[in-house]
Amino acid sequence: MSDDTIAKQEKFQSWFMDKLLMGMSWPEYFRSLMTPFNIICAIILSIGLPLIALRFFYGLAFVTDASNDYPWGLFLGWGLFSGVPLSATGFVMATAYYIFGFKRYHSLVRLGVLTGFLGYLFAVIYLLTDLGRPWRIYYPMGVSFGTASVLFLVAWHVATYLTVQLIEFSPAILEWLKSHRVRRWAMTITIGMTIAGIILSTLHQSALGAMYLLAPGKLHPLWYSSYLPVFFLSSSIYAALAMVIVVSTLAAKFMRDKADHTFLSTLDSLTVGLGKGAAVGIYVYFILKLIGVTHDDHWDLLNTPYGRWFLVEIFGFVLLPGLILSIGAKTMRAGIVRVGAFLAVFGIIVNRINVSIIALNWQLPNHLHHIIPVWKEAMVVFTIFTLHVLIFRWILNRMPVLREHPDYRESH
Amino acid sequence: MNKKPNEPVIKDETSDEKAGGDTPGQGKNRGMNRRAFLGTVATIGGVTLVGTHGAAHAAEDFPGYPNSYGLLTDLTLCVGCRSCEAACNKENSLPKPNTPFDDVSVFNEKRRPDAHAYTVVNRYENPKDKNVPVYRKIQCNHCKEPACASACPIHAYNKTPEGAVRYNVDLCFGCRYCMTACPFYVPAFDYASALEPKIVKCTMCYDTRVKNGKITACAEACPAGAITFGKRDELIKIARHRIEKNPDKYIDHIYGEHEAGGTNWIYISGVPFEQLGFSQNVPNKPPIELTKGFLSSVPLVFTIWPALFGMCYAAVRHQDEICDEKIASQKKKEEGK
Repeated sequence: MSDDTIAKQEKFQSWFMDKLLMGMSWPEYFRSLMTPFNIICAIILSIGLPLIALRFFYGLAFVTDASNDYPWGLFLGWGLFSGVPLSATGFVMATAYYIFGFKRYHSLVRLGVLTGFLGYLFAVIYLLTDLGRPWRIYYPMGVSFGTASVLFLVAWHVATYLTVQLIEFSPAILEWLKSHRVRRWAMTITIGMTIAGIILSTLHQSALGAMYLLAPGKLHPLWYSSYLPVFFLSSSIYAALAMVIVVSTLAAKFMRDKADHTFLSTLDSLTVGLGKGAAVGIYVYFILKLIGVTHDDHWDLLNTPYGRWFLVEIFGFVLLPGLILSIGAKTMRAGIVRVGAFLAVFGIIVNRINVSIIALNWQLPNHLHHIIPVWKEAMVVFTIFTLHVLIFRWILNRMPVLREHPDYRESH
Repeated sequence: MNKKPNEPVIKDETSDEKAGGDTPGQGKNRGMNRRAFLGTVATIGGVTLVGTHGAAHAAEDFPGYPNSYGLLTDLTLCVGCRSCEAACNKENSLPKPNTPFDDVSVFNEKRRPDAHAYTVVNRYENPKDKNVPVYRKIQCNHCKEPACASACPIHAYNKTPEGAVRYNVDLCFGCRYCMTACPFYVPAFDYASALEPKIVKCTMCYDTRVKNGKITACAEACPAGAITFGKRDELIKIARHRIEKNPDKYIDHIYGEHEAGGTNWIYISGVPFEQLGFSQNVPNKPPIELTKGFLSSVPLVFTIWPALFGMCYAAVRHQDEICDEKIASQKKKEEGK
């Protein structure tokens, strides 16, 4: 072996240790992984990943209880319909910062973009798990075009927006890899990418609601509305703000050593600001929901079992988090804002599960019995969610997300 | 768009309807081809990125293909012999069922078409006469403007001018949105297949029979004359004629005449349809009408948003510049002093 190759190999080794093992040697790195959290994650993955693999031997029937009357279950109800609005973080934070000039929120923009990017990536992974023939995922883009379909729009937008978000997040990756030139190029198209993000997000967030416009006889009239696209878009905006609060709270708690002083010292006041925005978003959505009921004149349905569940949703999971956020913002207490934000995020999931699972097919006999997922379906969801968390942590550990890279401090 | 009045059939009107129906139908046919072509070009060229043309696809009323075929099931005539099920099974080379077709025990539960059966017959209690049950045959209704086709992102469904709604397994990626969209709970999916799962539904015997001028296997097999194959327009007249002749026997409703914009398979019955498990709350307009408004907003967002948000960006930049200038001039003043 020549000296040259040895030098190259050493260089690669030090790069590898620096970038991937966070400066540790293999034994040190393995020892650092032996935490209770990681062991629990490993157990989940060791059950869930084989289940996903077995689906390709025994069909979807092996992992889901999806049926001919109930084609969609948790994979899409949780992964796509709940995951996408909670991933609006990238578009909302980038718009606030780059377009509207909320410069104080700088330290949260990258976290928002990363949350969004990974959220979409995993929404696609849930979709791939649910598709009958996932290897045909590119068919709407290249083989045959169902141009009259709302799902065609969703497919194109999610694919395009995933790329946009990767470009938006790329400065962090490029700083980590110390690729100055490409980074400069990536920065110049930020504004263009942000506006592309607004267009794509407006359309596909609402399109997820519009998908259900095709099923008026199946979705309970309190949830079915010609305003569904507006409901989905409007709620995704406050969902994003609440989600940034949730993610930053968790990051500040569990990834404290990866965050810089600016991030940690400004977080409380920024949380209060985001909470104020989220509260306004919630009130707008709440009023829209009331307009929806009024428009279709469904007041009489409120006093039925589904009507009462509808009231629980809009008062308990929409208005209540809004009020908590307002109180927190008024008293400038980030802790209260955080409680409101967690409840608001949970409320979004409740709404999307209601539309896609609970209020859909409500007229079929034994409906509520049919929608309880089998353990394998829940386990697969849990597995993919665990992977999501692990990859999120992997990136936060390595790339400058919660902190600014010292080389680029003055460059924004 | 639906011009059929609820009046007795008069001969003159028939010819009118045919003449009136022909031209727009053909025009639409041509229009759709052109649009589909343009839409494809636009997408490949990346001009619009997305289904901006999808809206245009649905931009005008489609009165349905003239002279398309359909079927009429008269539930008062069906005797529940399941000959249609057997004939369908044979015609489409489907796997033999566990319970043979002459076994009436299957009526103890309500079945639906699934991965192994394009059609099933269910038994219902007859409120008029407890001793004579009512049987209902279920299969794809072959909508004039099918929700499944509107839902499919890959255009794996198409409506033939002969009336059949066809599914192309070579394009499908198994998202099952067609199943969610279908107002009649028809498309089934073979969840047990690991690598080649597909949608399964009635084909109206398009490839084996209708295309070649023959009637469907189920209609041919029915010994009770409960299934009539023919031109949809004629079937509507026959159905209406039977109801008029026997107003006590039939309820005054042709299911499928208007439901979901009209279906090529229609039904008449002596028992209200809601008591026989027929989908209720199905709007009379084609489902695609419900997403038309949304899809037509797509090009607006693509054009207005960049201008609007670009302007916001410019305004903020402008404020920053003014601020910077102020600071600079203040500095100059201080230096001057």
